Amino acid sequence: MSLLFATLAVGLVFAILALGVYLSFRVYQIPDMTADGSFPLGAAITARLLKDGADPISATAAGIAGGALAGAITGFIHVRFKVNAILAGILVMTALYSVNLRVMGASNLPITATTLFSPLEDAACRFFGEETEILGRSVPSGDLGLLFGCVTLAGLTACVLIFFLKTELGAAMRATGDNARMLRALGTSTDRMLVVGLALSNALVAFAGSLFAQMQTFADAQMGIGVIVLGLASVILGQTLVGPVRSIGLVVIGALMGAVLFRLLVAIAIRMGLDANDLKLVTAVVVLAAIVAPGWIKNLGTRRGRGAHAAA
Amino acid sequence: MLRLESVRKTFNPGTANEVRALAGLDLNLAPGSFTVVIGTNGSGKSTLQGAISGVFAIDAGRIEVDGIDVTSWPEFRRSHLIGRVFQDPFAGTAPELTVAENLALASKRGHWRTLAPLLRGARRGEWRDLLAQIGLGLENRLDDPIGLLSGGQRQSITLLMATLTNPKILMLDEHTAALDPRSAELVIGLTTRLVARSSSTTLMVTHSMQQAASLGDRLIAMHRGRIYLDVSGSEKRKLTENELFGMFSHMRRDDRFDEAACELVRSQYL
Repeated sequence: MSLLFATLAVGLVFAILALGVYLSFRVYQIPDMTADGSFPLGAAITARLLKDGADPISATAAGIAGGALAGAITGFIHVRFKVNAILAGILVMTALYSVNLRVMGASNLPITATTLFSPLEDAACRFFGEETEILGRSVPSGDLGLLFGCVTLAGLTACVLIFFLKTELGAAMRATGDNARMLRALGTSTDRMLVVGLALSNALVAFAGSLFAQMQTFADAQMGIGVIVLGLASVILGQTLVGPVRSIGLVVIGALMGAVLFRLLVAIAIRMGLDANDLKLVTAVVVLAAIVAPGWIKNLGTRRGRGAHAAA
Repeated sequence: MLRLESVRKTFNPGTANEVRALAGLDLNLAPGSFTVVIGTNGSGKSTLQGAISGVFAIDAGRIEVDGIDVTSWPEFRRSHLIGRVFQDPFAGTAPELTVAENLALASKRGHWRTLAPLLRGARRGEWRDLLAQIGLGLENRLDDPIGLLSGGQRQSITLLMATLTNPKILMLDEHTAALDPRSAELVIGLTTRLVARSSSTTLMVTHSMQQAASLGDRLIAMHRGRIYLDVSGSEKRKLTENELFGMFSHMRRDDRFDEAACELVRSQYL
């Protein structure tokens, strides 16, 4: 039971990551590699500031701001110097590895101070006692508080993102990904939209990184490896869950559900004996399959359809 | 309203593919006028529109809109003053966004995109009326993604979007060339009505001699990056489709020799 709660909590944190990847990958059609650097950047900044005695809210906010800056730099390199967007992301991601080491002063940094989740965990313990009984099993009450915090933050972030995508600025961003020429003809700088969009995307990724570090009570320079693929897996899985809908709200919620479901699947796979070292390999294969399979299945369908037609 | 002074543009300079698309072009359009531009392939008529809208920088010369020198302005900034409809009927609208969202983005042409909700206080009633006037039954589809509509329907909405804020200049780049004849006729009808109603100075490029003869109050024929013919007023009204065709085949005959060959022939025989 406790494992399920922890899995759900991590899944919800990765849902915030998925929302960031949704922005870059689905809205702008750029698989933004910066994410692999901005996720640990958010964690590193938060861990460092917590160590230096900052309060959890400003430490988290600073982590988010760091991610936004990283995204803006990627966007700027892309639009100003016409560097391929993926290469721009790789450059910033690589640079961030050193930045993260500098910020932490070591390759990892434990968090011993109170985190964003501590008050919630304490409140849950005060309210329910050390252990709570759920469905006949006993669960540490702290886990409940943690899960509550994650549900609230992920839900809130999704609501803000949905609202944002329906504002003038958000709609202009969607139009930039959809038809950039049209937006320029309507008097808006698509370059500016791209920089702001990547900043926002990486702010969300860094937010997830900051929360993840506070949850596992340490930041690590290696924690960003493969984060972009994880985000893509969640977004693609979410898209499969909600189907081909056009409502922004549903698509965003789909990405959220995709992240949680993916985390559950991973937990089950490991429970069933998957070596954790193989996890990234399996994730990459699953993402590839998810991208290739729909077209492949469609192709198969039409071929069979054509065959039936010829027979008739 | 629109003023071009000795505008030059050469594509791929210094290579075998060098094209002198605009060879020192001068043009002055009066406020509220409706000018039709025709020309052979490669005459520079599309380059002319690209130069005015700022899709690329010009090599030399000066472009003024409403007395403002816009020569160094990037494309998006000029769009504050210039509404455009492209040849590709799908280029002027964002398919994933709804009809209402597309119109709302167009109604804020050139403004900062803020954090205000896009559709709050939207002028839905006004848009419904405008859409009803097109006569395609689009007035009930404000909340459909525009990608579900046909090319003719989308081009009609693009035309509405381009004229929604009454920009100083309206540029139409062969905007009916990619449509089926029925849709083309419909879009031309809408063009005539919207241009007559708006105060925008209109510049329309077309391949259709029929459109060139029947529309506008001024006609410009381009050839090799220069203005070859420029008629307006009663002279323009008298021009028939057949006369235009005659002129056009004349221009095409000229085209068979390139400029160097013409020079050679001229220096040897004249």
